[in-house]
Amino acid sequence: MSSINLTLRSFAPRSVWSLIGTLFLFLGAWVMVFPFIWMVSSSLKPTDEVYDADFSIIPRTFKGFENYYEVLFNQPYLTYLMNSFLVCGGILIVQLITAVPAAYALAKLKFRGSSILFGTVIAALTIPINVTSIPIYVGLAKTGLLDTYLAMMLPFFISVFAIFLFRQFFRSFPDSVIDAARVDGFSEMEIILRLILPSAVPAIAAFSVFSFVAHWNDLYWPLIVVTSQDKMTATLSMMQYQSDFDTDYGRTFASATVVTAPMVIAFLFARRLFIRGITMTGVKG
Amino acid sequence: MSLITKKRAQARLAYMLVLPAVLLIFGIYVLPIITVFGISFTDYSLVSNYFEFIGLGNYRQMLTDEAFGNALRNTLIYAGLFLPSSFFISLFLAIAIQERKQFRSILEVLYFLPVTSTLAAMALVWAALMDSNQGVINLWAGAIGLGPFNWLGSETMVLLSMALISLWSVIGFNMVLFLAGLTAIPANLYEAAAIDGADHPVDKFFRVTWPMLGPTSMFVAVTSSITAFKLFDTVAILTQGGPNRSSEVFLYLTFLEGFEYFNMGYSAALSLVFLGIIFLFALVQALFVDRNVQY
Repeated sequence: MSSINLTLRSFAPRSVWSLIGTLFLFLGAWVMVFPFIWMVSSSLKPTDEVYDADFSIIPRTFKGFENYYEVLFNQPYLTYLMNSFLVCGGILIVQLITAVPAAYALAKLKFRGSSILFGTVIAALTIPINVTSIPIYVGLAKTGLLDTYLAMMLPFFISVFAIFLFRQFFRSFPDSVIDAARVDGFSEMEIILRLILPSAVPAIAAFSVFSFVAHWNDLYWPLIVVTSQDKMTATLSMMQYQSDFDTDYGRTFASATVVTAPMVIAFLFARRLFIRGITMTGVKG
Repeated sequence: MSLITKKRAQARLAYMLVLPAVLLIFGIYVLPIITVFGISFTDYSLVSNYFEFIGLGNYRQMLTDEAFGNALRNTLIYAGLFLPSSFFISLFLAIAIQERKQFRSILEVLYFLPVTSTLAAMALVWAALMDSNQGVINLWAGAIGLGPFNWLGSETMVLLSMALISLWSVIGFNMVLFLAGLTAIPANLYEAAAIDGADHPVDKFFRVTWPMLGPTSMFVAVTSSITAFKLFDTVAILTQGGPNRSSEVFLYLTFLEGFEYFNMGYSAALSLVFLGIIFLFALVQALFVDRNVQY
């Protein structure tokens, strides 16, 4: 009873303030979303209208079709998008293939050196690519591998974060089930593939989103290793506008829209998974 | 099968399972970290194969290098603008959104949208919005009698503009972390506090929310600090450190030294300082979070 009284008491007199607060929250949300609205709106306009002093969201002259046709078919944006998908997909597949077995071994199997390995994983968690980029770059340069898909993916083939995350996840898997499966004659490989892996689907899905988004949006590493246009990722392609836009502003923002769209659309379709995946880095540094 | 052979079989299997990961960790982390230490004691430059060991020369150079001091100062100013605002605005938003259950999911989506989007592309949009002559922001500021501001072209404003763009891109992330922390606070604590006389929102905040949110706050503060130190994309796309080096931040300087001027030795030393700072943050978090978990 008393808790019901309390909620009533705290709600009624503040309803006006609560309404104002809600309005401010939506105003803030409008500020957050406005750059996207402006971008899409500008991508549908002719150049002279983009910076019109009399700004309107709906284009007065619709040039959307021409702008997007230009970007997708007369400029290499489909190649850039393809490169991004290839690189992100390649990285993710190798990360899963290398991290899942290692995490299982660390979580459930006894072997000498496991604590050293786990300690190394924890230490590596704090090391960003920006610190190891010089030796990796020099190594790639000496072996003539710069400006290849392999160079773009190589530093990310192992995700210590994935090992850490999956290990935590596997540890909570009951030993009794694993032992029962062993008694029933399951091999360790079968245990991994048929028991552990299906149970880890939520963690794997969340990690996949995290990895894909992080590498899609990465500018630093492609900027270092990619030099030729046909290897450029979508994100890297934005560098050609640095400090100087394409003289056709409508087209510039059509290309920005094309680069941003895949992650934003995917986010809108799988909101929970995205929010969980991206903030999950939060588990531990 | 005897117990010992079973154990051996298990260990053998474990080695097979960890082998690819071990090789990759060695090649991608261990070896490069050792090498970067080594390079930082040389004057190695990618342009020539000849190099000498110069001991602590690169580290000594930092003390007198104007660019280093400048980059450090810029990073600190930027962090000073970015960190408090990204922390408190997100916290405030999270509390406000949590109280409005019926709008929570739509607001969460709208505020989180910038987090997933490609910052390199959205930076271009921000540059257009912040354009000193025709940008929408100055247009609207002018309508209420402010400005015009030279957001990206003036030495005094450029770091503020960078902080604003970063703020926009990270608020949703911090907010979701705070929301998770808030949801985990048991409702009966608020009831107990109310019985003790703390039923004003401000009292509730300081008596219950803030202490219970300790670990989350610490986590947000540490990740935001690391994010602040990693500022790169917007600088690389929008200003290249300009105007007149006023937005040349630490990571961007490290990048320039290594991959534009090819001073690998100096750049290696800079990136180790960078790593040291990140380690420091991680350490603070490890120490502080452990002391502060008090459920």
